[in-house]
Amino acid sequence: MSDSPTTSVGRRASGLPIRLEGVTKRYPGQDRPAVDAVSLEIPAGQTVMFVGPSGCGKTTLLKMLNRLIEPTGGKIFLGDEDVTSQDPDRLRRRIGYVIQAGGLFPHMTVAANVALVPRMLGWDKRRVADRTEELLDLVGLDPATYRDRYPRALSGGQQQRVGVARALAADPPVLLMDEPFGAVDPITRVRLQDELLRIQDELGKTIVCVTHDFDEAVKLGDRIVVFDVGARVVQYDTPEAILADPAEDYVADFVGAGATLKQLTLTRVEDVELRPVTTATVGADSAAVVAAARAAGDDFVVVLDGRGRPISWPTVAELSRTTTVPATVDQRLPVVGLRSTLNDALDTMLAASQGGVVVTGRRGGLSGVLTVESVMAAIQRTRAAVGG
Amino acid sequence: MWDYVVDRRGQIAYQALQHVSLVVQCVLLGTVIAMAVAMAVYRSPRATALANGVSAVGLTIPAFALLGILLAPFGFGITPAVIAVTFYAALPVLRNAVVGLAGVDRSLVESARGMGMSRPATLLRVEIPLAWPVILAGVRTSTQMVMGIAAIAAYVLGPGLGGFIFTGLSRLGGANALNSALTGTIAVVLLALVLDLLLVLAGRLTTPRGIRV
Repeated sequence: MSDSPTTSVGRRASGLPIRLEGVTKRYPGQDRPAVDAVSLEIPAGQTVMFVGPSGCGKTTLLKMLNRLIEPTGGKIFLGDEDVTSQDPDRLRRRIGYVIQAGGLFPHMTVAANVALVPRMLGWDKRRVADRTEELLDLVGLDPATYRDRYPRALSGGQQQRVGVARALAADPPVLLMDEPFGAVDPITRVRLQDELLRIQDELGKTIVCVTHDFDEAVKLGDRIVVFDVGARVVQYDTPEAILADPAEDYVADFVGAGATLKQLTLTRVEDVELRPVTTATVGADSAAVVAAARAAGDDFVVVLDGRGRPISWPTVAELSRTTTVPATVDQRLPVVGLRSTLNDALDTMLAASQGGVVVTGRRGGLSGVLTVESVMAAIQRTRAAVGG
Repeated sequence: MWDYVVDRRGQIAYQALQHVSLVVQCVLLGTVIAMAVAMAVYRSPRATALANGVSAVGLTIPAFALLGILLAPFGFGITPAVIAVTFYAALPVLRNAVVGLAGVDRSLVESARGMGMSRPATLLRVEIPLAWPVILAGVRTSTQMVMGIAAIAAYVLGPGLGGFIFTGLSRLGGANALNSALTGTIAVVLLALVLDLLLVLAGRLTTPRGIRV
């Protein structure tokens, strides 16, 4: 794009706006429509979260955007085009679609899965291969390792990453996600959410994402639509505004009690003070690192790999028993991203039984360490602010 | 009996070839027909139930009876034999194809449609490859069963090893009668085993690596 418009949240937008006008879905034999005349504007390059109780029609509405479900009334515009009269297959190739657990085809390799849409669009081999590499890299999977694997050889989180890569393959302006992180464990979910935020920072797609988890909506969404039965739009606003001022009792109930703790999901890790920490690269002289840590008053050290990403955090006592810094990767190392919420950080600490988490920034590089004390201090501050 | 076989090795080899040729062609034809029917019905629960009913009831029709009925319009010869053998060959494949296609995870089909694959492309590139091991199991069952039925087709003067069996049985007590029947029967069993082996091999080669067990 020659001119790259910026959105209200300040990032580059490569997405297109979506406009719904009186979109309705009525199933035969039911007296109430599943989706009743919904009108919505979704700005370009923003992430809009659809939340609501199950059966409220949010998923039906999402599937009408790519016409997996045909609307029985109303119009849907992608940019300025009315898509309700387009060939649905051609339309869907321009809209990324991510479902729960990734929906990868088990009989195709990771690369073949990612290449599906570009192939349908008739890209040449070279371009498809390059694009596949680029995307696997974008979602944090090493192409050389994962390209030729079959989905069953991947963990749930990795499958979901490939699912996102596949949806982004042909660089669609719009990404639709249907409870994308519902089938993975909480720790993996936090990481995938962080990745999505990072990818969205880079790409600026228009993302519409259905979730039943309000915390997820607050974390990922630039805006949230709260639905009631019949896909009635109860409130459509920023997460901050919905938390601060729920439109109806219904929303307040849905958002849940404990509004001060809810602030934990609004406060990002990057908003609180991180503690700097002594770092060491793999293979460095242990004695020198131990001395540096003691001088800085740290009782542990974060070990970085060749690309500057944290791989373990041995205590000074552990490290002084070695001669060089070991290359061991600690699988249980608690890590969160800068855009993670304090809620995620606390969750990760509790799951790892640790008093802190390692915080990473762009491309997985170390940003610092967040301790449970700084999280508590942040809670105290918001409580004081709410109470006062 | 060894002398009997050695003396007639040319005739036995020729009839064995005829037998295999009849079975293989009928199984291929039956598979194509069964796949076509399965693709037409598997997305409708009622049509699926109907297809399963037909394949269950069809298998209970005695082969002899069916051949007898086919004699009336087609007379003796190859036509009634091919029709009867194809009919029996199609039934197990039909059942397995319907079960296999219906067993493909719906979320994968939705995923395929959601990325812009057309209905035929989804069937060809997602549903059939995923159902393939089940379909192939049907083809194996069908081949085994039809090896025996093709022998009965000799009753209407169809080609194949059934000739040895019927000749032997009709002259039971006479010279070489038992040898004749035994030769036919054992040859059918051996050929069935060889074909099954080939199908297992074909299965290994045609099942995508990601879903091989």
